[in-house]
Amino acid sequence: MTAVKQLVKGLAEQHGRNEESLLPILQGIVSQEQHISEDAMVEVARELNISAAQVYGTATFYSFLHTKPLGKFVIRVCKTITCMMHGKNQIIKELETVLKINLGETTHDGKFTLLETNCLGQCHKGPAMLINDKPYTQLTPEKVREIIMMYRHEEVRAN
Amino acid sequence: MKKKHLQRLDLIFKNEHDTEAILEKTFKRSNDDVINDLISSGLKGRGGAGFPTGLKWKLASEEETEVKYVICNADEGEPGTFKDREILSSVPHKVLAGMAVCARIIGAKKGFIYLRGEYLFLKPQLLEAIDKFHSLLDEMKVDFRVEIFLGSGAYICGEESALFESMEGKRGEPRNKPPFPTAQGYKDKPTVINNVETLAHTYSIFKYGPEKFRDLGIQDSRGSKVFSVSGDTPVPGIYELEFGMSLQKFVDDFADGDAKAVQVGGASGFCVPRKRFDKTVIGYQGKLRGTSLPTGGSMMIFNSSRSMYNVLHNYLDFFVEESCGQCTPCRVGTQQLLLGVEAVKKGEQPSSYLDKLMDLAEAMRITAKCGLGQSVANSFSSIVENFKEEMIY
Amino acid sequence: MAEKINLKIDNIAVNIDEGSTILEAAQKINIRIPTLCYHEDLCVAGNCRVCMVEQVGSDRLIPSCAMPVSEGMEIMTNSLKVRSARKQVVELLVSEHRAECTRCYKNGKCELQDLSSEYIVGENGYIDLIPLKGYSIDNFSPSIIKDDSKCIRCQRCVRTCNELQNIGALSVAYKGEHMKISSFYEKPMYEVVCTNCGQCINRCPTGALTEKTYFDEVWSALNSEKKHVVVQTAPAVRIALGEALGMPVGEIVTGKLVAALRRLGFNSVLDTDFTADLTIIEEGNELLQRLKKVLVDGDTSVKLPLTTSCSPGWVKFIEHAFPEYLENVSTAKSPQQMFGALAKTFYAKKIGVEPENMVSISVMPCTAKKYEADRPEMRSSGYKDVDYVLTTRELALMIKQAGIDFSSLPDDEYDSIMGESSGAAVIFGATGGVMEAALRTAYEVVTGREVPFKNLNITAVRGMEDVKEATIKIENVLPEWSFLEGAELKTCVAHGLSNAKKVMEAVRDGKAEYHFIEIMACPGGCLGGGGQPIPTSLAIRKQRSKAIYEEDSLKPIRKSHENPEVIHIYEEFLKEPLGEKSHELLHTHYTKRNRY
Repeated sequence: MTAVKQLVKGLAEQHGRNEESLLPILQGIVSQEQHISEDAMVEVARELNISAAQVYGTATFYSFLHTKPLGKFVIRVCKTITCMMHGKNQIIKELETVLKINLGETTHDGKFTLLETNCLGQCHKGPAMLINDKPYTQLTPEKVREIIMMYRHEEVRAN
Repeated sequence: MKKKHLQRLDLIFKNEHDTEAILEKTFKRSNDDVINDLISSGLKGRGGAGFPTGLKWKLASEEETEVKYVICNADEGEPGTFKDREILSSVPHKVLAGMAVCARIIGAKKGFIYLRGEYLFLKPQLLEAIDKFHSLLDEMKVDFRVEIFLGSGAYICGEESALFESMEGKRGEPRNKPPFPTAQGYKDKPTVINNVETLAHTYSIFKYGPEKFRDLGIQDSRGSKVFSVSGDTPVPGIYELEFGMSLQKFVDDFADGDAKAVQVGGASGFCVPRKRFDKTVIGYQGKLRGTSLPTGGSMMIFNSSRSMYNVLHNYLDFFVEESCGQCTPCRVGTQQLLLGVEAVKKGEQPSSYLDKLMDLAEAMRITAKCGLGQSVANSFSSIVENFKEEMIY
Repeated sequence: MAEKINLKIDNIAVNIDEGSTILEAAQKINIRIPTLCYHEDLCVAGNCRVCMVEQVGSDRLIPSCAMPVSEGMEIMTNSLKVRSARKQVVELLVSEHRAECTRCYKNGKCELQDLSSEYIVGENGYIDLIPLKGYSIDNFSPSIIKDDSKCIRCQRCVRTCNELQNIGALSVAYKGEHMKISSFYEKPMYEVVCTNCGQCINRCPTGALTEKTYFDEVWSALNSEKKHVVVQTAPAVRIALGEALGMPVGEIVTGKLVAALRRLGFNSVLDTDFTADLTIIEEGNELLQRLKKVLVDGDTSVKLPLTTSCSPGWVKFIEHAFPEYLENVSTAKSPQQMFGALAKTFYAKKIGVEPENMVSISVMPCTAKKYEADRPEMRSSGYKDVDYVLTTRELALMIKQAGIDFSSLPDDEYDSIMGESSGAAVIFGATGGVMEAALRTAYEVVTGREVPFKNLNITAVRGMEDVKEATIKIENVLPEWSFLEGAELKTCVAHGLSNAKKVMEAVRDGKAEYHFIEIMACPGGCLGGGGQPIPTSLAIRKQRSKAIYEEDSLKPIRKSHENPEVIHIYEEFLKEPLGEKSHELLHTHYTKRNRY
């Protein structure tokens, strides 16, 4: 059994094989693989006995369920008005410089993906961003550099 | 003369732990009594739409169905709103207590907290609170369980029927109404769906009685409200204030002295220009002088350095992306509004094109399927009307 | 009995059952409210917002298709507010639609075009969104073309594919400005579980979903002096073609159809009905043989129930959805493909034409037939057995192009050899027809007597019920069929693939014991096929069905095995049912395909 098959099967057993489990299963895949591959969607369709097109239709509806590969750390910078007023664009620029990628891209080593997102609910502490699940607020270019350094170091240590 | 400050309240965030007493107290009373308390308290939904909470519970309780659900709507996605996050992280037990009382009244055994994906980091502490809560229920022999259902980044899922669809594994597309959730909600079963703050307020109402809540606020807008204050303010943050305040007072207390507009109610709310601050009251529609504006609590302040074109552009960008896309006025209308203001700004369309866009916004308001598409007109019309020059030059 | 509700629409009082919608109430008093996403075969979506009406006293408009009536309601369908909102909605739809109407296959048959002409969507419309979207057209399928630039997101196709047909090839994907109708992973329709049934085409209000057309190729063939062009016409074409040419629904136009084909220049005008009769002989014998092997020989390798194989949408469906049941599908080819194989062999020889100089055309009520003709197995003659498949709609267009006044054409008759047919073949076009035809023959083969139904009409398998069952007791059989004495032949008929799925699931779960199952992919059978005139509705399908059974009752020969040309072809060419020649030309095999 392929790894993705195993993963989906495990998630289906954990959450149950009904349509209400679709989102939790897709979220489970994303938390493991950062994105939902074509193969994974076929497996989900098989496990839940629904059409693959339905899985695709649901997955593409939600902006946190990516169907294209993403980096290990997904950075989502809030682009809503108050974060924008407080310097979101400088934050993006800084991230682009530090990571040497453009918005929407993934670093060559597959570690970081840089995205924008809608309101993170941190408007009083903007600019804000999420790295995977973790929120970072009141960002400044210096702070952003430190955060990215920290993730890089942790990566090195983990290896 | 010294300025009189708005009265800050400390009801919702008050550190008190009386879940057991509240459940005991309410469970002893008849359902009708409890519902009547809620109705007489005047509590209305704090998500923004303002449906009377007591009536919602009553309607669901009258449905003769075995399976029913209570859902706490924690899909707080409205730009400029962050109060539910704070409530869930500091007083989750109040929300859970409200859910338990509701479950008891309508006859539900299962509840869900639909937590937006952006708040995933809250999940561990919320699970802890739920565990504690479940132990208490077990001790009290109450058959009710709450689960967290996680969203995945879709603003529209804050719309109640879209939220049900999402929980059912589908795209978060709002349903036709009727039927309403109290008759056919999650899995087509009678469902009470309340905003986080609404549920937390029920805790206070059950604890202190409806009168205390009713004494706060004005006419059709009773009680306190948690406001999320952001933008050009020296004191951004979360504030519990009495309903019915004038916007002028709010600006006096919170803005930086140079406020030119306040966006009340987020991207789907209204933009109030300086000249109308003193004629605007924060509260649900009622018999008030001036304009009364309902809100989920988002208050974004813009000072005179801000371009209202940029503000509107940002909102429209948001709607173009977050529309579910199923109904024509919202899917196409949002794109046309965005492209339209861009075209006017660039001089590709005459300024009179703004009138056509105003008509479009009005058409969206009366034809769109759900609150999202209907309320795009709120910010669009109020910004274009009041800051027309900024849209053109 | 349902409670009655009183309301007023445009100041006219209406009294209607509780639970009805405003749209239905308006229809009752002949007030037309325009609709787009609404289709009576499908569940209510309420998403196009064209059918908005005003409720007196209410600020916002309400969707008449989705809103139930309530007592005392006062509805305005034509107020200024309604007209202006409706016009804006149409303008918005036009702005996201590639409005190249003069170059569109659906020109003149497009519901959005009708609405925009009614509301005079003029120069001062909204910004054209099409240049911003980068659409591409999916025309890889031999049956279906999907052009997203003409899509108005009404989701009729999605509801058709998922509810009516339960195929799941189409879904709505993405949200907001990117929302679109998509297959799995946006693959071409050719690569996904699409059965090519074309029901989505029948319900698409615009030109976003159309059949791939082949009339240009057919015109070329007709104008080539070297080519001998043979045409066959399916049973359901003759009762529907008139609709596309301005005649009433349910008109039988067989004679005019033949006359028109001659006028168009087809060299041989023949009938798929002939091979429908042949299918009955082959498939009926296959059924009896399978019964014998199972009941007498105890051969477990032979599978029952036997299912029909004439509907190519059904065949592709089972290949995807129930591949473990492929051995249950009759190996008999569909009448179209039997015809194709015989045209370039038996018939070509008969008329002295080299098969390479023959062009074999079929006119079908079906889009899946285009795919079927393209299957690699369908080259038994050594050539492509059927070169081009036209839908009923395409033929209607060719007749118009040729300037033929169809309704005034005198009746004409099919050419002989492969032009004769029985009433049993005609009813292939309706759900239950193949079953009835098969029973008329099989019963008689086994017992030597006609089926014990008045006028040979086996009404239990007729009609538009989702799934029909009939059990026939077989008694006093001929000696060679003694093993069937007293047997009860259990049959089942399903139309529409969601019903097919139900039946197959019941079979799989051991909840149904059938010997023979007829399945047609399309609602109502071929008469409701994906290549038939648009619009479609239950009422239209019932009218067409009525015409089919009328045509059957008027036929001098009602049983396939009595068709003299069929008898003749066995004597002269095929020798015996399921014989060597039959296996070579008239039978096929199936392919397991991806479930998802």
